[in-house]
Amino acid sequence: MHIPDGYLSPSTCAVMYTAAGAAWYASLNRVRRNFSARFVPLISVFAAFCFVIMMFNLPLPGGTTGHAVGVTIASIVLGPSGAILAASIALALQALFFGDGGITTLGANCFNIAVTGSLVAYAVYRVIAAGAPLKARRRIVAGAVAGYIAINVSALLTAVEFGIQPALFHNAEGAPLYAPYPLHIAIPAMMLGHLLVAGFAEAAITAALVAFVQSANPSLLLATSGLSTGNDELQGAKSKSLKQLWVTVALLMCLTPFGILAAGTAWGEWSANDLSSAPATSANANLEQTPSGLLRLSTVWTAPMPGYAPRFVKSAAFGYLLSAMFAVGLLMLCSWLAQRIFRQRHSVEISR
Amino acid sequence: MTQTRGFASTLIGITCALGTALVSETTARQPGLLQSIDPRTCLLGLSALILAVTLAHKIAVVAAIFVAAIFLGLASHVAITTLALRVWLPVLLFTGVIASPALFITPGTPVLGTPFGTLHITSQGLWSATLLIVRVETAATLATLLVLTTPWMGILRALRFWRVPSEVVMMLAMTHRYIFLLAETASQMLESRESRTVGVLDQSTQRRVMGQTAGVLLGKSMELGNGVYLAMQSRGFRGDAPVLTDSHMRRRDYLMLTVFLASGAVAVWIGRA
Repeated sequence: MHIPDGYLSPSTCAVMYTAAGAAWYASLNRVRRNFSARFVPLISVFAAFCFVIMMFNLPLPGGTTGHAVGVTIASIVLGPSGAILAASIALALQALFFGDGGITTLGANCFNIAVTGSLVAYAVYRVIAAGAPLKARRRIVAGAVAGYIAINVSALLTAVEFGIQPALFHNAEGAPLYAPYPLHIAIPAMMLGHLLVAGFAEAAITAALVAFVQSANPSLLLATSGLSTGNDELQGAKSKSLKQLWVTVALLMCLTPFGILAAGTAWGEWSANDLSSAPATSANANLEQTPSGLLRLSTVWTAPMPGYAPRFVKSAAFGYLLSAMFAVGLLMLCSWLAQRIFRQRHSVEISR
Repeated sequence: MTQTRGFASTLIGITCALGTALVSETTARQPGLLQSIDPRTCLLGLSALILAVTLAHKIAVVAAIFVAAIFLGLASHVAITTLALRVWLPVLLFTGVIASPALFITPGTPVLGTPFGTLHITSQGLWSATLLIVRVETAATLATLLVLTTPWMGILRALRFWRVPSEVVMMLAMTHRYIFLLAETASQMLESRESRTVGVLDQSTQRRVMGQTAGVLLGKSMELGNGVYLAMQSRGFRGDAPVLTDSHMRRRDYLMLTVFLASGAVAVWIGRA
């Protein structure tokens, strides 16, 4: 699938460099944010791993052998952005150091294999493995299917790039200037080998790697699993307890109107009005007048919902309920803001 | 003890890749024309020639650049046999197989008949297949000259000079370094597995073993990545890798760059449709 120099026109190469360049830029920024400085050795070593994996010749049914690209397992472990960079670095090294794949076609090769392959593999894997526990067999199947589809979509894209050349670039006599076959020949010719051999090689190696990682180090699958924690039981328990908490909060909010059944004012919570208008009790029997300090301070702050009821609400029970909902919402907002500020500070400290 | 096909071909592949890299680095250290000029000149100049080859629409112009590439190789002490075995023969076989059906299926004026009735070689098909083969051979020769005559560190320095982000250049450098380590590790794992294998392994067992080897390699890669990061942190890594070597280009480098760029421009001009 590595297109050598000379098969694609310079304008096609320029378009593919532009498309790949946009993906590189976005991936680099995203990886910088997610991994901070850690991404440099991580992506490098993974690129080296992809490179070595390409040398693994896998025996396939029918007596043939095929080699994987490694872009699917990179997508599963690193996510699409990391995989785009790792596979692109491996392809660049192949072109610049080993002379495998062209220099002018490097953008096209990276776009076909690294960018498209990574994105397709990631999307297919996430869809099939959605919600599955880390050690579920479904993840192995998802990896295999993702590998098979990703390689074939990459091959299809390569075939389309080959196939449009004769229609767009030919001389006055109609002779093609670059890849000579039109789409109806390029696509079957390219896809046959990938549908029958290369796709299965990528599927087999990805399935084997996912199975191995599940048994040896399942946490490597966590980043792209869509699960917040690797421990499914713990996650289930957390989810259940959170649900119970919300039900309890809702129930308590509904019960708040019962508060108005209690007569009088709680001891020690008197306002200035309560003290001046209330009949003499054992608590205020010795008071000749309301204390001046209490009178002065009682006007400093006027609550927006005095008596647990907004002024426009006539029903005391509904006012209680509304106040409870407002308070719970306000507390959730404060909690969310505090969490956000803490996380931002934490990530800044880590990046330092 | 029997060699299994998957193991053997993988081991051969890894050994060939390591051997190719060794030859490249050895040739890049030899005295020669391309070795004596600045890597930035080499990278930009040869890339410009490759671009000119893809832009030229005349076989004679591309062939002239091919001849010039051979002279460049000879002046840089790159053996013709190396070019023939590493580039010309594989490219001829690969591109020849791809291009040969175009001789017959490209619509145009028949120039040569075949015993198969209506099947004949067309002049447009012949021209198109020849141009494709000559172009791919020439571009691959120039790319191989770049690889063989420019040290890898020189290419990285050139990329830094052209404002390629430092992280990308660092990743290329580190990937290059760890390819050899991981390839060596994979090779040792496969060799040790093969040395313990008695009889013939069936295909599914071979696939399982290869998968497990790849899995172990993945685990080692992740550990290595974390270890390297910690080592970088302990050495005070701040996200950049300063280059200490002299980065001034000499007059000779500018002259050679001018020659490369001018040759490319002339080739594009003469070779236009």
